[in-house]
Amino acid sequence: MNQDARKVIARIDNATLAFGDKVVLKNLSFDVAEGAITCVIGLSGAGKSTILRLLDGLLLPSEGHVYVRGEDICHMNEEQLNRVRQKISLSFQFSALLDSLTVGENVALPLREHTKLSEAEIRKTVLDALDSVGLAHTYDNLPNELSGGMLKRAGFARAIVTRPDLVLYDEPTTGLDPIVTNLITDTILKLRQKLHGTAVVISHDLPSIFAMADYIAMLFEGAIIACDTAESIRSSTNPIVQQFLQGSEVGPIPI
Amino acid sequence: MRLLDRVGQATTNFFEYAGGLTILSAETVGFMARLRIRVGETISQCALLGVQSLVIVTLTSLFTGAVISLESAQSAVAYGFENIVGGAVAYGSVRELGPMLTAVVVAGRVGAAIAAELGSMVVTEQIEALRSMGLEPARFLVVPRLVALLFMLPLLTIFADVVSILGGMYIAQAYAHISYDSFISSVRQSIDMSDVIKGLLKSFVFAVIIVMVGAYQGLSTRGGAAGVGRSTTFAVVLAIILIFVSNFFLSFLLFGGQ
Repeated sequence: MNQDARKVIARIDNATLAFGDKVVLKNLSFDVAEGAITCVIGLSGAGKSTILRLLDGLLLPSEGHVYVRGEDICHMNEEQLNRVRQKISLSFQFSALLDSLTVGENVALPLREHTKLSEAEIRKTVLDALDSVGLAHTYDNLPNELSGGMLKRAGFARAIVTRPDLVLYDEPTTGLDPIVTNLITDTILKLRQKLHGTAVVISHDLPSIFAMADYIAMLFEGAIIACDTAESIRSSTNPIVQQFLQGSEVGPIPI
Repeated sequence: MRLLDRVGQATTNFFEYAGGLTILSAETVGFMARLRIRVGETISQCALLGVQSLVIVTLTSLFTGAVISLESAQSAVAYGFENIVGGAVAYGSVRELGPMLTAVVVAGRVGAAIAAELGSMVVTEQIEALRSMGLEPARFLVVPRLVALLFMLPLLTIFADVVSILGGMYIAQAYAHISYDSFISSVRQSIDMSDVIKGLLKSFVFAVIIVMVGAYQGLSTRGGAAGVGRSTTFAVVLAIILIFVSNFFLSFLLFGGQ
């Protein structure tokens, strides 16, 4: 992996993960460079979202290690993991807002639970986070009153409200029209700028990926087969990477 | 060989289930012992789980008391023992049917609601979202429901006892012309405060069963909408079975055949 001299904020080291008989990840190694947006591409069902869950400690590998800021999270108890998770935010594919709470209460949740901010400060921080995704007016709405794109952005607001070190985006543009896709891509770039933070984005949407990625990693058959700068990946000579980028039915990827 | 496989699988499944339920219960009790309770959410769960069960508990207990009165009054009048009808209704209601039927009704309503709600949260990744924010589902979701039902089920049981006796008293008067005074006097002679307290002790155990089975079943939901349906059905069936079984042992321990 060519990531210049950037510091690595999180690392998956030689991880293997299986669900029953199905091996999803096999000896996978993956570095997340600090201050960069790293996009993970790959076929549907290849295990891309599983990588995010490993980085967040929601899943643990059956073999190998996951390091966050140099600490191996595989040997942590749930309390220690919860402390790590407060510095990593996961934005879910379908937003996963709690449907019994308003948008404002959803975004406020991590602040209420993990900080000692006053209600006035929480409201101000939440409105600021919602404003940064263009949703300040939805503060009192319930999640079922929002469109798909708005739900995703509300999920982003919840993910960034605690100003985490690392934001993980799971398929942020899937199922959205091109205009909302552009809006979401711009929002991710804007949030990165605002937080001066690091992000890992899982996506199939190549124009969106090339618009935001500093680095791109390609996952194939349970392992990262290429990881480099966006431009290097675009001109990669790896036939699997090229077939995926061109969306061709002909090539080494079995269909 | 296939039979042995099945027995082995069923045994493994049983211990896996029992283990998971025990771990969730231990986590929940741990949070309660450390007073990590979300008070606002607990109060709203009191309304959702308890107050909204009032109508169904009223109807079931009213007609249960009425039917005990109807059956016992018929025989009592025939043999000239009208003065035992109040006692029969109160004895059956306060010691057994009040706590148990209230728990069964609440299991059908509340146990199903808990399993369905938590199951839906699992399949829509809301539980995973809580965990990713560093929030424990046991503390966030199970503790408020358990505390609420530990508070509300005994209250519902007392209410059911009273309504059941009132239903029985009305039928005894209307059907067998047993006066209210005679009925109440019979009630007083046949039960005392210790019976009421023992009945309430049962309802604490039943509250734990209803919430923990519903919550564990909901949190272990797999397989989308169909999975939520399976979890809900199983939560109600298992809770009702456990209520009946534990009621037998509790009666044995508390009343000791008296």
